[in-house]
Amino acid sequence: MSAHGEHEHLSKHDQNLHDFHDNLDHIVSPRIYIIVGATLLVFTGITVLASLFDMGPWNPVVALFIAVVKATIVVLFFMHVKYSSKLTKLTVGAGLFTFMALVGMTLADYFTRAWGRW
Amino acid sequence: MSDSTAIANGTSPAAHEHAHPPYQRHHFESMGQQVDATSFAMWLFLLTEIMFFGGLFTAYLIYRNWYYPAFVAGSHQLSIMWGTLNTGVLISSSFTMAMGVWCAETRRKGGLVLCLVLTFLLGLVFLGIKTVEYSEKIEKHHVPGFHYSVQSFVDPQADPEIYKDYHDKPLRLDMARHTEVYFSLYFAMTGMHALHMIIGIAILGFMIFRAQAGSYTTGHITFVENFGLYWHFVDIVWIFLFPLLYLISRHG
Repeated sequence: MSAHGEHEHLSKHDQNLHDFHDNLDHIVSPRIYIIVGATLLVFTGITVLASLFDMGPWNPVVALFIAVVKATIVVLFFMHVKYSSKLTKLTVGAGLFTFMALVGMTLADYFTRAWGRW
Repeated sequence: MSDSTAIANGTSPAAHEHAHPPYQRHHFESMGQQVDATSFAMWLFLLTEIMFFGGLFTAYLIYRNWYYPAFVAGSHQLSIMWGTLNTGVLISSSFTMAMGVWCAETRRKGGLVLCLVLTFLLGLVFLGIKTVEYSEKIEKHHVPGFHYSVQSFVDPQADPEIYKDYHDKPLRLDMARHTEVYFSLYFAMTGMHALHMIIGIAILGFMIFRAQAGSYTTGHITFVENFGLYWHFVDIVWIFLFPLLYLISRHG
């Protein structure tokens, strides 16, 4: 696994196993998982520290930015999307796009109406 | 070659006994196709989950904007210490789950069982901490309903534990009542998240027995892989819940 960095590859005599195995062509190594897990814990510390400072309207922005970074790391490495097929990448992208469109348009509606009293 | 093709060609079943592994369903051309289809289906399910939680998040953002002082005061009732600890617990459980998938991929049965047991236990720790937090809310009558109390919000000094940290100003009664909306969303969001954890823990319990029987270490890891996706998704929901509910209203 170390020779090939992030991936483990099959040796020649294991090639016949390859067709029968679910995912042997892109096994993410424990080294990556340890780095990712530690990074997520560090970012958790950072977001708690950041909340100690009064940044006015920027507190939610900073907190959500860090959350997006953490979620992206989880999706790419723990959920293997970085190593997945184009179909999976497209599915995740399409889902995110639809989500952003729905939430964005809902918020644009609510936040631009001068409803006054609710 | 699939069975249906073989039968159409008139070859006997024995002739292609080892043409594909026993866990390959007959309607798939190849193992690769089966894995891609299953993974695609799992991601589609997760997208519906994103939309489901997305609705709750959107409601939270809109109500927070409307009843901002009530949401700030409500948020101050949460313990950042417990929230941070639970975030760490959940990230650790995601790590052990990811390691479990690696153990299944590399056919390490003992390692897989260990990883699943650790994930199971960390999930229980998360729910245990959540129980401590919920019981605080129940004791203070902060659960929405007939017994809801606005005392902590119309008279913050009556709640000295929170007052010493935040020195909140008293809210007018109409705004104080809207803290109930905050706690409704708090319980809806963390409750739905906890329900996902409970379902996940139940499936993990089942998987531990199957893993011990060697089911996932023979090359067919679809179940472990896709459960891992589910577990990491639940982790991601918490990654957003934690700052939104606990952190962003600290100075409000």
